[in-house]
Order: sequence, then C-alpha cells, then structure tokens
Amino acid sequence: MAESEVLRSPHVIEYTYTRSTGPVIGAFLTGLRDGTILGATSPSGRVVVPPTEYDPITSEEVGELVEVGPAGVVTTWAWASVPQKDQPLDRPFAWALVQLDGADTAMLHVVDAPGPDAMRSGMRVTARWRPAAERIGHMLDIECFVAEGSG
Amino acid sequence: MAAAGGGRPVRPVAVVSFAQSKMMRREELRNDVEVLQPVIVDVFEKIGLSKDDMGFVCSGSCDYLVGAPFSFVQALDAVGAWPPMRESHVEMDGAFALYEAWTQLQEDDIDTALVFSFGRSSISELGRVLTLQLDPYYMAPLWPDPVALAALQARALIDAGTYGEADFAEVAARSRRDARNNPNAQVTGDKTAQELLGDDYVVAPLRRHALPPITDGATAIILAAGDRARDLCERPAWITGMDHRIETHALGARDLTISPTTRRAAVGAGLLPGGGEGSGTGGVSDDGVSVDVAELHAPFAPQELILRDALGLGDAVVVNPSGGALAANGVMVAGLVRIGEAASRIMDATAQTALAHATSGPCLQQNLVCALAAEPAGGRR
Amino acid sequence: MYGGVSEPVTMLATPIRIEYEFTAGLAQSRYLKGIAEGRFLGQRCPKCEKVYVPPRGSCPTDGVPTTDEVVLGNNGIVTTYCVVNVPFQGQSIEIPYICAQILLDGANIAFMGLIQEIPTAEIRMGMRVEAVWVDKKELGPTMASVKYFRPSGEPDAAYETFSEYL
Repeated sequence: MAESEVLRSPHVIEYTYTRSTGPVIGAFLTGLRDGTILGATSPSGRVVVPPTEYDPITSEEVGELVEVGPAGVVTTWAWASVPQKDQPLDRPFAWALVQLDGADTAMLHVVDAPGPDAMRSGMRVTARWRPAAERIGHMLDIECFVAEGSG
Repeated sequence: MAAAGGGRPVRPVAVVSFAQSKMMRREELRNDVEVLQPVIVDVFEKIGLSKDDMGFVCSGSCDYLVGAPFSFVQALDAVGAWPPMRESHVEMDGAFALYEAWTQLQEDDIDTALVFSFGRSSISELGRVLTLQLDPYYMAPLWPDPVALAALQARALIDAGTYGEADFAEVAARSRRDARNNPNAQVTGDKTAQELLGDDYVVAPLRRHALPPITDGATAIILAAGDRARDLCERPAWITGMDHRIETHALGARDLTISPTTRRAAVGAGLLPGGGEGSGTGGVSDDGVSVDVAELHAPFAPQELILRDALGLGDAVVVNPSGGALAANGVMVAGLVRIGEAASRIMDATAQTALAHATSGPCLQQNLVCALAAEPAGGRR
Repeated sequence: MYGGVSEPVTMLATPIRIEYEFTAGLAQSRYLKGIAEGRFLGQRCPKCEKVYVPPRGSCPTDGVPTTDEVVLGNNGIVTTYCVVNVPFQGQSIEIPYICAQILLDGANIAFMGLIQEIPTAEIRMGMRVEAVWVDKKELGPTMASVKYFRPSGEPDAAYETFSEYL
C-alpha cells in the first residue's frame, strides 16, 4: 500500500484530572493562594520546598510547615527560546531551579528575563505573584520569578 | 557472582537472541502491531523457536505514546496469545520488562522468556506525553518538556566545572560516527565536535546535536536459562547481575550532576564492590567498572558523561559502539536495545564482558544496570 | 499546619490535552477502504485459516501476518447482546437500545454493532441480521457508514452453529 493510501486522522486525548492534595500539598497550595511559600521540615532538619509528605532523601515523615522565600537563588537554569504550548510564559524565558531563602531543596519554576545573558547560576530572584483575586491554589499563583531588585 | 536479593546465587540466564526494527523518524505505513510483528518473527527465527516455547512473555510500552488504553494488549497480536500464556507488561522501557523476565527466570519452573518493546514517538506530541510522567502537583502544570529538564541538568554540569559544551559535542560526534556501523541506527554523521558547535541552541545550553532523535521502532530479546541457553546459542550473553535503583521524583532535591543510582545499580549488579558514593562531578574514579563494552542509555549527550563518571569507566571501555540513544531513541525501546546491543558484542565475540544501562524518568531519575559476560560465572566481586 | 484563616485548598485540577496523528496501519486501512466501498473485508490467517474482521494485520492466536483478504457479506448472526438502559456521558443513541455481537457469515470472530428496527423485547441469540448502510454518496472510511443491523427475516441460526464464538 502506498503512503498516500494509509488512512490517518487526528486524535485528541483531553481530560481534566482533579486530584485531592492531602494535608501537605494542600497546605502549600493554600499558602500560594494566600501569597506565601511554605516548606516542610523533616526530622533531620532539612526544609523541603515544595513540600513532600516524606523527606525525599531519608523518607522520614515531615513535620511543621514553615514560611520560605519569596526570594532565593537560581541553582541551575536553561533558556527556553521557543516557549512550548501551555508553558508559563509566552515569550522566551528561563527555566530554573530556585532554592528559596530558608529551603534546602530547589523548586522548579521560570524566570522572566530579557535574555540568556541576564541569567546565571547563583543569581538572586524573587517571586512575582499573580494578583490575589487570580490566585487559586496552583504553582502558577506565582506567575514567575524575576531578578531581585528588578521589580 | 552477584547476588539477587537476599544473597542467593544468581541462576545463569542469558540473552540468546536479539532483533530490532530499522529505527526511523516516522513509520509511514504500519501501526504498532505491524511494526512489531517482523521483529518478533526475526527474534524467534534466529534460534528456531516459537511462542509456544516461551515460559514467560513480558513487554514494555506506553499507552500515552499511542493515545490508546491497553495498547499493549493489542500488541500481543504480533506474538499470538493462545494457548493462554504467562504474560506481563510494564509501562516502561522494555529494559525493565527484561528485568521482570530475568526475575521470573530466577525461579526454576521456566527456562525461556520473550521480552519486547515498541513505540512510535512520531505520532504524538512527544514532549507533552513525557511531561505527564512528572509530579502532577508541582511540575507537570508548568509543562516542562524533556529537553528543558535535560538542559537544566546540562547547565548544572557546566557549573560544576568539569565539562563544557565541547564535551557534549564530542559525545554527539563520536556517537553518530559510530552509528555508521550500525545498520539499524537512525541518525549517523561524520561531523566533528567543532562543526557541531555551530548548531543552534534548542534549549540552551543544549544544541540540536546534544538531543536524541525522535524515533519509531520495536525490539525483542529472548532469554534462556542454563543448559537451555547453551543449546540455543553458540555464545550466549550471560547476565551475571542486574539491578534497578530510583531517585526521588522531586527534581530540586537531587544533585543532577551525578548519578548515585547508576552507581548503586552497578554495585547491585556485581560490577562494583559495595559501599562508597559516586565519584562526584568529574574525573574517573580508581574504583570503576571494568568491562570491554558499555551501552549507556543517555538520550542527551551530557548524560553520557554523568553515567561514565558514576560507573568510573576508564578509557579502555568502548562506549556505545551502536551509536547509543543519540543515534536512535525509541521511547520505551532504546533501553532494551542497549541490552541487546551489549549482548550482541558478546554473542559476536567482540567482547568478553559488557554492561548495559537503561534509564527512565527525567534527568536520569531511574537507572538499571545489566552485567553481561561470555561466561556465566563472570562476577566481578 | 500553617495557621491561615482561609478555607484550605484540598483539590487541584489540571487540564491535559495531547494531540495525536492516528494512523490506521495497513490492515485497518484496507478494512476502512472496504467500508467506504460499502463492504466488509476480513483477513484470513494462513496458519489457522480463521477469518478476522476487522482485520488487525496479525492473527491474535498464531502471531503471524494475515494477508489473504476475504470479502464478507452483509448478513450474520447475533451471538449475544445486551439492552442498554442506563444513560451515560457521551451517549449518542436513545435508550433503550440493543448492542450486539455480530458474527458475519464467513467470519470467525464477532464484532460489536447496534441493532435497530426491532422491539428490545424481541432480540434473541441466534437472530439473523443484515447491515444497513448509509446512502452510497455518504459512504466513507468510517464506521459511521454502517448505520446499524436489523433483522434479516431469515430463520434463526441454531445455537450449535455459533456457540464456539461465545
């Protein structure tokens, strides 16, 4: 059979997954909605951000949640010169792992920067929040991070 | 000889047959079953067996890649699932299906197993499909694609000070040059690293050459135990150990410049003495794996460097003579192909010992190491 | 737990949309082209000689390619059925309706089809049916070309003639 004879058709899988969060992830997302970033303290003293129910290294159950950030350090970054569908920004941006002040782990997010030359590991960034009325309890309640001091 | 959980001796099991499709960017005509079928026919024909001789069948594939639930059930049409067979499946690369089959063969009641995997990455938005494997609360809602995540790892490696973009280009150049000797490879080339550095960035610091191709393909392996293996194959590739380790899915809680799970898996597979951490961010440890050939599943060029360091591979080890995942990266397939290619070097007598590695998850999150040798008792302890 | 006064977030909704290009492959493309021509095509296994419709390119029993094409007629047997009374999301047919496994003459496997033009109380195993196609000009490579199956008026098939397909 020639290539032109094989039948093709577009096929879409579309679904909205609705997941329960549990008390730890739920508290973090509630914090985001309220304009605060929370981390979980594990018995070994590590502050995990974003918080998991168990310490990712020692598997101990986490305890108290504490406020971290809203600023921190870029531990690594990459330049998305062509943003893909549904990614947080629709102009070129940097992906980054951001270790917030007070945290021992880094959080994946994006940095709104004018170009890759404005990015470097070790730079300080701070959260740019979505307006309170638009925050719903979602990672993107933080619209992005920006270089500290840049507004 | 390496111990399989609990310190029991490992039952000698070998790769006795390996087949793969010609890896290609896009299969224009056939569906998964039709791509897989000739590979299944081939893997049996090489040793004169049929599905009725198999004690166990295990496959690896991903429903999201096809866009259909239970797609792996339909794939069994290519094998013929009657009379009812002992069968299993993993929603993972076929290398992990082989681990399950090898584990089954450690019990004495069966002597043979068929393992296969397949996937057509061309039909979907592959980046979006792979994003669905990420943490659904914290990471997936940002839709980071696999290139972006690998780029974060590449930048971390550069920051650590031991490797740079030129090293990534060297891995890519060598891989595609070597792929010219592999009739099943998809991407070959003869550019130098210097020439490749002229490529555009896709997600900096990764340039186009540092990325794997998008691949459609299928592969199959037959395992046999003890004397059965010797009857079927002149030079079986004996599995002297196998292990699979997983790191946390919380990307920011990992050191992306090292692969401690690859090292632990190599220990578990009997290729390294127990204890000790990875060698860190560069340099070759004195305490390294010594094999003739290593097939490493490194879809992104910088990952090969991380894996080499984790395993402590010296310059004498031939790495990825097949071209590796940079020459053909069938999602769900490339890991099992690494085992097949490493086993082939033993079966064709170009190597006495080999290591095959497979990975799963973002930035080398999960790692499997399979130790192979021309002799069944070829442990390294 | 953080001492915020607002109602805690307990759920996260994440919309997913992935687009694919589905390819029918060789066997299914042949089948759908047959449908577009107003006929059912099966494929015969060279080993067990069973005829599969719709064909999948491989015999699911023997694992060998099925390449011999067989043109099947429009008539067949209802091997089993169910009457759907329950409304569900995405339902396009008015309830109650009959969903049946239909074994076309010459085929060795039944497929699912809609039965119409018969009161639901009268459906039975072994009833002979015929396909009702859309108008010729509306035929296309889609199962929508077959509107439904209806009683053909032929005498019911004896149970022994289809019992192995249950």
